[in-house]
Amino acid sequence: MQTSIRGKAYVLGDDIDTDQIIPAEHLIYSMTDPEERKLYGKYANIGVPAGQRGLPDGNIPFVEQTEGNSVSDYQIIIGGKNFGCGSSREHAPFALAEAGAKAVIAEFYARIFYRNCVNGGFLVPCEATQRLVDEISTGDDVEVDLAACKLIDHTTGKTYDLKELGDVKPIIDAGGVFAYAKQAGML
Amino acid sequence: MARKMTMTEKILARHAGKADATPGENIWVDVDVLMTHDVCGPGTIGIFHQQYGKDAKVWDPSRVVIIPDHYIFTANEICHRNVQILRDFVREQGIQYYYDPEFVKNEPGMPNPYRDPTKTNYKGVCHKALPEEGHLRPGEILLGTDSHTCTAGAFGQFATGVGNTDAAFTLGTGKTWLKVPPTMKFTFHGQIPPYLTAKDLILAVIGQISVSGATYKSMYFTGEGIGSLTLEDRMTLTNMAIEAGGKNGICDVDQKTLDYVKARSNRPEWEVVTEDEGAEYCYEHEWDLGTLEPLVAKPHSPDNKDLARNCTDVKLDRAYIGSCTGGKITDMIMAASLLNGHNVKIPTFVVPGSTEVHADMQRLNIRGELKAGDEKSIQQTLEDAGCQVGPSGCAACLGGPADTFGRLNEPLNCISTTNRNFPGRMGHKEAGVYLASPLTVAASALTGHVTDPREYVSEPIATGTAGLV
Ligand code: SF4
Repeated sequence: MQTSIRGKAYVLGDDIDTDQIIPAEHLIYSMTDPEERKLYGKYANIGVPAGQRGLPDGNIPFVEQTEGNSVSDYQIIIGGKNFGCGSSREHAPFALAEAGAKAVIAEFYARIFYRNCVNGGFLVPCEATQRLVDEISTGDDVEVDLAACKLIDHTTGKTYDLKELGDVKPIIDAGGVFAYAKQAGML
Repeated sequence: MARKMTMTEKILARHAGKADATPGENIWVDVDVLMTHDVCGPGTIGIFHQQYGKDAKVWDPSRVVIIPDHYIFTANEICHRNVQILRDFVREQGIQYYYDPEFVKNEPGMPNPYRDPTKTNYKGVCHKALPEEGHLRPGEILLGTDSHTCTAGAFGQFATGVGNTDAAFTLGTGKTWLKVPPTMKFTFHGQIPPYLTAKDLILAVIGQISVSGATYKSMYFTGEGIGSLTLEDRMTLTNMAIEAGGKNGICDVDQKTLDYVKARSNRPEWEVVTEDEGAEYCYEHEWDLGTLEPLVAKPHSPDNKDLARNCTDVKLDRAYIGSCTGGKITDMIMAASLLNGHNVKIPTFVVPGSTEVHADMQRLNIRGELKAGDEKSIQQTLEDAGCQVGPSGCAACLGGPADTFGRLNEPLNCISTTNRNFPGRMGHKEAGVYLASPLTVAASALTGHVTDPREYVSEPIATGTAGLV
């Protein structure tokens, strides 16, 4: 696993559920077909109500809805409480990853979303030790230092603590549950 | 002396081949049944082949259950293709339990729904079909690629939702890793009064602890109040454990559970697990059913609890009765008994949770008994009151493609027996969904505003043999 992830921040609020991350009408595309799967990137976070998209100002699309575009300008998502609640759809972390997101930093996660991030190897789900939604602005240049468990906002010059990844670190390091089980000799 | 354990801890320990399973511990367990459907099945199958190779075989074709239910009655051709992916996999793997919507063809246009619900292989919503088809048993572990898999905890088993990668892993190995959750205990005293259903109980719980109050935790529902519920109503309770973030919800096993499972299970043996007296809980709360009042969850969160009688100024555009939460036969009887002889004031959509529910709606009267020749069926009663009854499936519970029956394509206010009211869940992002019991939804359909069902219900509503064996 890379020890540092740097990119632009995209800030969302509390209780961002999987219907907002990828609405049900979009769950139909193939996740393996190289062209069709891009649609997940295109529609990532499309269900978030306009005022909540890209805080603090809102009205910032995660992915510009222009012809053929499926990639976001933002690589690090900052969320509040209970990120990824709702359905068990793995399409949610998958869609964020397809759009180019690499990590999510939230206060805490809904269980299945967290598990899907880890086991699928899609995104690194970090937990902050404080509320960052009101601290960081969409577009800030941020860096996740996984070795030191810090989040650095290069735009404001501030640094925040992240919790240790703990039990799931070996699975994240391996790149997902399959890779982990292979390394451990289970498969 | 051995540590006192909760049902969830015992089940997990047994499936890990250990004497004990302590909250916080990560363990590998053997899975009894793995369920998937048309939304997550194709992705799961993709990962399965990617990881294990194209000739790989599932660990046990008699323990994999595939139930297409989400996007069935739509002209969307990608949805038809996804059903075909399931069929191909079932054939390739010799999967024993697959419930095919044979009327969905790989061709353009809206599939013609089944004519007779007793004459189709299609079952409808997976969480209702699982017990009906004998896939649930006390003491077992069920995984499903659907967050409401926790519904099965009503049968005294451990059941939880997983993603495609987890499901693909289990498909190949029969195993998964789980972190043993601490347990929250919710005790209900007294008997269920006629104006409440389990929906009111679970809205009370979620309103109390919030949509994240049970994150990473097990929710244990107990007390004589739970014993007084029908098995179907217990399913309503465990179904919405996920709406509080719960890993699983679980109820004690009693005679009602045993009668049902004995009559339905497709395996002869299982082991009933009981809660140890003195087991440890991370949270406890008690309610008296005599003092609980009919509730709603207002937009846009299942924990936005209010008394139905406080919301009478909320004007409604639509009512919806359906889903794995509120589309069971007892839910239909509740609604039909209240609506009997009246006319709904707002468009009211009814979607049977399964084809068995649909069949029962046609052969039973509103007391849940086989209807006499000239007596009205449940479906007839609902239709005479002005409801539109659609074919079984997930339908508008999760929005789905734009041509889905009952979908909120405009920013309407809808009162619904479903389980989620996050923005956009039933279709339109600005629609306002009020979650409530089938009684409250039916009462509100009659007035066009949120209505406390006590205005219509005073006598207990008989459910006869409905939802039993
Ligand atoms: S009825 Fe609704 S909640 Fe239940 S499985 Fe279908 S979409 Fe999910």
